[in-house]
Amino acid sequence: MIKALGYFIEIIRGSLITARHFVVNMTFHILKVLGIKTKRKGAVTIQYPEQKKELAPRHRSLHRLLKRENGKPRCVACMLCMTVCPSECIYIEAAEDPDPEIQKYPAKFCIDLSRCCFCGFCVEACPEDAIRMDTAKIDFAQYSRQSLLFDLEKLLG
Amino acid sequence: MLIDALIVLIKIICALVWFLVLTLYLTWAERKESAVIQDRIGANRASILGIRIIGLFQPFADAIKMIFKEDFMPSFSNKLLHTLAPFLSFFFVAVTVSAIPFGDTIHLGRRTIALQILDINVGLLFVLAMLSLGIYGILLSGWASRNRFSLLGGIRGAAQLISYEVALGLSLIGLIMVYPSLRLSQIVQIQGRLLFGFLPQWGIFLQPLGFIIFLFAALAETKRVPFDLPEGESEIIGFFTEYSGLKWGLFMMTDFMEIIVVSCLLTTLFFGGWQVPWLGLDGFHFPGGGEWLMARWIVVILQVIAFNIKVFFFCWLQILIRWTYPRFRYDQVMDLGWKLLIPLSLVNIVGTGIIMSVIK
Repeated sequence: MIKALGYFIEIIRGSLITARHFVVNMTFHILKVLGIKTKRKGAVTIQYPEQKKELAPRHRSLHRLLKRENGKPRCVACMLCMTVCPSECIYIEAAEDPDPEIQKYPAKFCIDLSRCCFCGFCVEACPEDAIRMDTAKIDFAQYSRQSLLFDLEKLLG
Repeated sequence: MLIDALIVLIKIICALVWFLVLTLYLTWAERKESAVIQDRIGANRASILGIRIIGLFQPFADAIKMIFKEDFMPSFSNKLLHTLAPFLSFFFVAVTVSAIPFGDTIHLGRRTIALQILDINVGLLFVLAMLSLGIYGILLSGWASRNRFSLLGGIRGAAQLISYEVALGLSLIGLIMVYPSLRLSQIVQIQGRLLFGFLPQWGIFLQPLGFIIFLFAALAETKRVPFDLPEGESEIIGFFTEYSGLKWGLFMMTDFMEIIVVSCLLTTLFFGGWQVPWLGLDGFHFPGGGEWLMARWIVVILQVIAFNIKVFFFCWLQILIRWTYPRFRYDQVMDLGWKLLIPLSLVNIVGTGIIMSVIK
């Protein structure tokens, strides 16, 4: 009987917590409707497509390839990123560059985003700082697997 | 004669529209309230032509979705009973609204109209009987699906509802002793009187223990979360495993209608129904001696509004309870029903009897 009473008190305490959340949040919602600005908001929700969360500066998002001054890719097709990639999603085909300083350039550079795990190893491995993951693009869902293969043009883009 | 029939028809339409609209918007209110409790915003995307008034169109979107879903019926089910079950449970809840008094009697011309569809002298028994007949919907849906899990869910539901039916009935006996009537309108009338000259004679003040027992038993009757063993929507689905589309929607609507019926009963029996404290036929008469007279029609409107506010409050409370507590285990439900609520309600009956005989 006493156990049941203790249980009953805890039940009431529990519902008081949820009721407090309701009343406090509802007050802030009503203040917002009335046009009064408050520091706190009634909800922590971010209304995603319209309102986006600010990404951290180190956030790893969609890859991009950097260019030289003359517009060609900085990549020298050294294959380090392709080697380090744990999900083996990078495919590079090298070609000879007329400039003896550069020697090689990627004729094809393709990232299969359906396999990529966004670990950022390719960025760390790159000796030329040619690939980065700082586009802050996170919504690149596609309707087919084929269009998830991002080629050189798209990555330079 | 014709006019009388017409008046009854209008009352039925008004009450049903009130009931169904409230049911519809209770689904929205449940989503919103749970969201506010959990620091979220809740469903606010449903829109018509880009207008979304905090998601008020959500119930219509839900209804349209449910209508156009495939109404799947397993080949091994009993077709007739499988179809009948949701309608049975819907019907038995829907009729209970006929006995609920929405307000005092009003005078139109020479006619006296009670704001209640059916003022029967066993109104309370009628509501309880219809609520318990709702078990048939659950049992039939579990059995006619010919699915073991549905059947188990139906049996769990029946066991739970029958055991809490006892506590539900017994908890009200003390109340019936205090207000010697089963007529709901009369119970509300008596609650308008004052206790010790200042306290309204509401059921909550005369029967506090009865109120708590009734609240628990009624929560169990609605089959919602602290007591949602028959359904167990997060993992075991229960008696409506084999239902889809609008038939499932009927079960869901029945759930929400039960919330409203329970709120109406709590209001009518324990919180003075349509009574506003100290509001008489011609205005307020405060216990200190102050008066604030007003026209009869304003009083009636105030009373109907008071009834609605009380019902909304109890709907809010039930949603709050649903979003606060985890589910009971099956043996805990049975323990609470048989070992705590029924003995307590018997104690309540005896205690009420002793106090009444002492006061007399």
